[in-house]
Order: sequence, then structure tokens, then C-alpha cells
Amino acid sequence: MYRYDEFDHAMVKDRVEQFRGQIARRMAGEMTEEQFRPLRLQNGLYLQLHAYMLRVAIPYGQLNAVQMRKLAHIARTYDKGYGHFTTRQNIQYNWPKLSQVADILDELASVEMHAIQTSGNCIRNTTADQYAGVTADEIEDPRIYAEIIRQWSTFHPEFTFLPRKFKIAVSGAVGADRAAVRFHDIGLFIVKNDAGEVGFEVWVGGGLGRTPMIGKKIRGFVAKADLLAYLEAVLRVYNMLGRRDNMYKARVKILVHETGTEEFTRLVEKEFEDTQGGALDLPAAEIDRIADYFQPPAYEALSDDPPALTARRFEDKGFNNWVRVNVARHKVAGYAIANISLKPVGVPPGDVTADQMDAVADIAETFSLGGIRVTHEQNLVLPDVRQDQLYDLWLALREQGLADANLDHIGDMICCPGLDYCSLANARSIPIAERISQRFADLDRQYDIGELRLKISGCINACGHHHVGHIGILGVDRKDQEYYQITLGGAPGEDAAIGTKVGAAFSAAEIVDAVETVVNTYLALRQPKERFIDTFRRVGDAPFKESLYDKAA
Amino acid sequence: MTKLLKDGTVTNDPWIHVADGDAVPESGPVIVTLARWQAEHNSLAGRADGLGIRLESGQSPEVIKDDLAHFAVVALAFPKFADGRAYSHARMLKDRLDYTGEVRAVGDVLRDQYRAMHRCGFDALEISGNHPADKLEADWRAALGELRHAYQPALRGPEPVLHQRHRAVAA
Repeated sequence: MYRYDEFDHAMVKDRVEQFRGQIARRMAGEMTEEQFRPLRLQNGLYLQLHAYMLRVAIPYGQLNAVQMRKLAHIARTYDKGYGHFTTRQNIQYNWPKLSQVADILDELASVEMHAIQTSGNCIRNTTADQYAGVTADEIEDPRIYAEIIRQWSTFHPEFTFLPRKFKIAVSGAVGADRAAVRFHDIGLFIVKNDAGEVGFEVWVGGGLGRTPMIGKKIRGFVAKADLLAYLEAVLRVYNMLGRRDNMYKARVKILVHETGTEEFTRLVEKEFEDTQGGALDLPAAEIDRIADYFQPPAYEALSDDPPALTARRFEDKGFNNWVRVNVARHKVAGYAIANISLKPVGVPPGDVTADQMDAVADIAETFSLGGIRVTHEQNLVLPDVRQDQLYDLWLALREQGLADANLDHIGDMICCPGLDYCSLANARSIPIAERISQRFADLDRQYDIGELRLKISGCINACGHHHVGHIGILGVDRKDQEYYQITLGGAPGEDAAIGTKVGAAFSAAEIVDAVETVVNTYLALRQPKERFIDTFRRVGDAPFKESLYDKAA
Repeated sequence: MTKLLKDGTVTNDPWIHVADGDAVPESGPVIVTLARWQAEHNSLAGRADGLGIRLESGQSPEVIKDDLAHFAVVALAFPKFADGRAYSHARMLKDRLDYTGEVRAVGDVLRDQYRAMHRCGFDALEISGNHPADKLEADWRAALGELRHAYQPALRGPEPVLHQRHRAVAA
């Protein structure tokens, strides 16, 4: 993975000291809370319902064992012994003390981590496909470009007071989008043009929140050397023309929508024409320098499906299920990508204890060449596991309560922190997630249902991505009562779609039954091998509405 | 009380902002609004004592690109420190429109923004409040020195890290 050089180290260190000074000035009354707010947000520090919350960046979702141990140490020393992995390849701590934040940042800096621009109206942590570098269906490793973007966007003097937050995602895979690229302010797909050159397809203006939109493709190909000039052109147009009169209409998706994709593209191209080939030119030498850090490790010559694995799968049903559901194909024969579901029954999705973090660090060293990834689905990935060691890995994970074999099934839901933690939320989401996971705890039932992406948000801001859930649940507040709306038919990836609301909201007491009704309706309607989303696309929402609402009448 | 922090030094500011309803003084350097410039173009263009223009954050310098030779100062307004449009406008003036006069920030200007403003091409900042000159200058130096490096190119500031990394190789 990327390793800091003297410049990177100095940057992060300087920011820690700068922020220490800003905290001191705030505490001495030299600046108002209003003035301090954007500064702390640009360093990932929120003021939540009960306490401060610190959001730490995990650039493009990559961690090593040493960093994971540091995250565990921080959870134990400065927080309540756990952390929460979010949908943005971040980890959040819910209970840090303001007076200790600079020390936490100092600890993070010692392992080449930071909380820079994890919040605020600036360019946020750039995310990427969690299988980057190990998946066979990849043109090039997106982490290289995510790292280049991370550096370019860090403390960008022109873009730290944008109209709103700005999120960029990169994917290098063909036919599979694990980074929800079309739902970002800028989404980049690594592509090959007709001449065989590798560059970027650029999508702008995707996003969820109260106005969910799929991004628009504004360019089929941007050469590598022009990547930063093109990004800067988009950002400049957005900074100058994005709406500031209404924070709900300030995202670039609204600008693209109101300006029209064609006109927006013309403005970006004009800006790009002026900057292309200038100081922002990305030298091939820099791409090579960064790419060197992402060279594949020295894999051993192994063959796929070793007899030991086959035998274990035959003998142990639980293990076989885990391999079938949680393990993905690796680009190198004899290796595998193992997903760790952070969705055991009864635990808030994405929550991990300090002890579990330490254990994952140990396990990653033993079984995955020290590498760990964090996914936008709030799970972890061990990217480089020998297939003949999968069984031992599974046993080790099981001991930690981390071997749930529910990836991409109804138990593997995305869920925002909701009213239990978040000052924006209208409704609790974690207890709903817990009850749904209990209702569908039987894995055989989950496997019978098959792939089903369920996502829960506690408010319209959609941190739980409910718009792109096959089944989405949105918490709303009606006269101080929590209600839950169901959307159906959303999808985050290569078949991107925004779900549609089926009808009136359900009470907290009714919502789990309603989800079950939706699932049962699907089971009754599906054709062989049809996933939930396929059935929904074939039959539309009418049968679901009928079973959800007519029954009550 | 407003002070002018120019190139890191507090200086006397001879310029007077003239609001749209007020009479333009007979003599002395004045900064007028875009509306005024557009309405009184002929009389203002002939002034001997210096003319400046003030652009609100929603007014792009593109609008005055053919008039820039008339202005010794372009003042870019920050109605709120969190309105960051003027950063792009400052860069546009200097990078694109090759404006060589003074670009100054007026309005809600905070110490924690000095560095970004400097890097985007602002030459002078009008700072309100009762801050002693030596404190403002010390704050300026501290703000500019807080981060030793810069990852990305801008109008000013340290040579971008990327160029430093590869300069040796290219030489």
C-alpha cells in the first residue's frame, strides 16, 4: 500500500499542530463556534447529539494490520472500546473528548492516517472499489488514482469552502461497480479508448439525500495526464456556479440538473481547455511512483480449488456456506478475497470492538499478507487469502464472531447511526436493523431469498443509502412518532437505479412485518434463479403495494 | 475599524469604498460597485486618482474582463467566510485574465483563511475589528507557515510537492 514520504508525513503532522492551535484558540474564546465549525469539520470533528464524533479517513478503504491495531488502541484509550465503519470508507468514534482530539490525530499520524476532509464543504475522502488490485475484472488499480486525487484535494486552497460537500469515487473494474460510482459528485471509471490508452470516463452529479440522482456521463475519456486538470475544471465550475442560497440545493447534482448536462459539460470543457497542459499536468513519473506502492505482492504458484478446500467444504456446511457467500474470486490462482461481514445478528451494522479490531489485524497478518480493506457496505475484506488456508481463517474469524456468512443477503444491511447517535436523524435505525436481522436470522432462509440489498436511513439525508436498496427503509418523524417508508427497486452498482416509494409509511411496530411481506411477495412471484431486484424489475411495484396495503384494509 | 493587510504588512489604505447611493468624491482613489461602473462608465473611466471595482461573490470577473485595464484594485467580497466563490474568482483574474493589479478580499475574512487566500492570488485583505497591526502581521506569518508544503499548484505558495518530487529526475 501507499507509504508516506517526507512530504506526506510533514503535511499530516503540520495539520495536527495547526488543529491543536485552532482548538486552543476556540477554547480561549478567540473564535466563535461558528468560525470553528468549518475548521473542525474539515478535520472530521462533528458535534453530535450526545458528544463529539471523530471521523477518520481510510483512503480508498485500505488499511494494514498496524493501522488497524492503532484504530483499536484509539477505541480503547480515547473512546468506549469500539468504532463504527461507515458507508464512506471511514471509521467513526462516537465519544472522544475535544481536549484529546489533537492527541488522537497525533496517534493516527504515526501510522500514516488522518481525519483530513472527512467532513465539511470540501473534497471528501476519495473512495474506491474494495477489491482494487486483486480482482480479475480490472483494467487498472483505482487506488493509484484515488491516492493521486487524495493528495491533490488535500488542503486545496480554492476548494475548501465549496457550496456543499464533494465526494469522488474511482473504479477500475469492467462490468462490476462496487464503489457506487454513479452516486458520487464525480464518479470515475477507468476505461480503455479505441487506441488502447487507459484513461477515465467521468460521471458528475450523482448522489442520494433528499434529491437522489444518478450521475450524468460528461466525458467518455480523459487521459491520465489530464486527470487533475479535468477534476479541477469541474470543481471550479461548481464552486463558482453551485447554489449557495439553499443548502438543500447546493450539491453539484442540482447544478448539473438545473444547468442541463450539455451546458454544464460545455462550461467544464471551456475551463479544462484553459488549464490543460499546465501546472496540473500529471507526470507519468508520478503515476509510476505511486503505482510502485500498489504492485502485487509475491504470490506463490498455487492452483485453484485445492483438495484441502474441497474436502473441508464437503465436510462442513457452515464453512461451505461462508465460502460460497463471503468469498470472491481472486485474480491469482490459488488465492481468494474473503469478506468479513460486520453484520452479526444483534450488533449495529459496521460496529467493531477494539478486541475485534486487534483480532482482525492478527488474522490479516496470518492469512492475508497484512492487508485489510473497508467497504462502503460497512464490511471488511481480506484481499489476499490462500485458498488452502480459508478453513483456518474461517475458524479464526468464527472465534471473534466475525464469520457471518450473509454477504449481500438480507442480513447484510447498510444502516446509518440514526437517532441513537446522529443530530440530523428523525428516527432510530439501528433497532430496526436489529429486529430485521433477528427476524431473518435463519441463514437457510436468507439463502433461499438470495441476493437482497436492504438499506436503512434514519433521515432524508440517506446516509444509509436507502434509495439504492433493493428494499430501502427511510425513517421519518410524524408528530414525534417514528415512521418508516419503504422504497423498492434501488441498486447502487453497474445496474444503478433509484428506488421508488411504495406508499404510506409504517410504524416502528409494523415495519418488520412489512419487510417480511415484501420478501414473501417476491418469493411467491419469482421465477427460477430470479433475484429480488430482477423480479421487481419484471413485475413492477403493483403486487408489492397490493400485499402491503390491501391486506390492512 | 478596518485595516488593510497587504502582502503580510498592515498599511494605510487610501482607497475608499463608495456605495451606490453615495456621491463619488471629487478626488482620491475610490472603489465602486459593478452596477456603478456599468452605469457611470464614462465619467469613472476618466478619473485620475485611481479606480477600483468591487465584485460581490456572485459576480464573476468574466463580466469585466475587457475593462480590467481601468482598475488598480479589484475587491472581491466575502459576504460570509464560508462563501468560497471569490477564491475561484481571484484565480480567474490572475491566471486566466492576466490581471496584474491588486486583488483584495473584503468582508468576512478570517485568519484561518489567510493562507488559502494568499495561494489563490489575493494581494491584500481588509480586516475588520480592533486587532493591533502587529498581531495581524504575526497571525499572517503564522497562518502562512502552518503548513510547510502544498500538494497542488496554485498561484502562490510552496512549490507543489509533486514538482519537488520530480524536479531532480527531470533535471
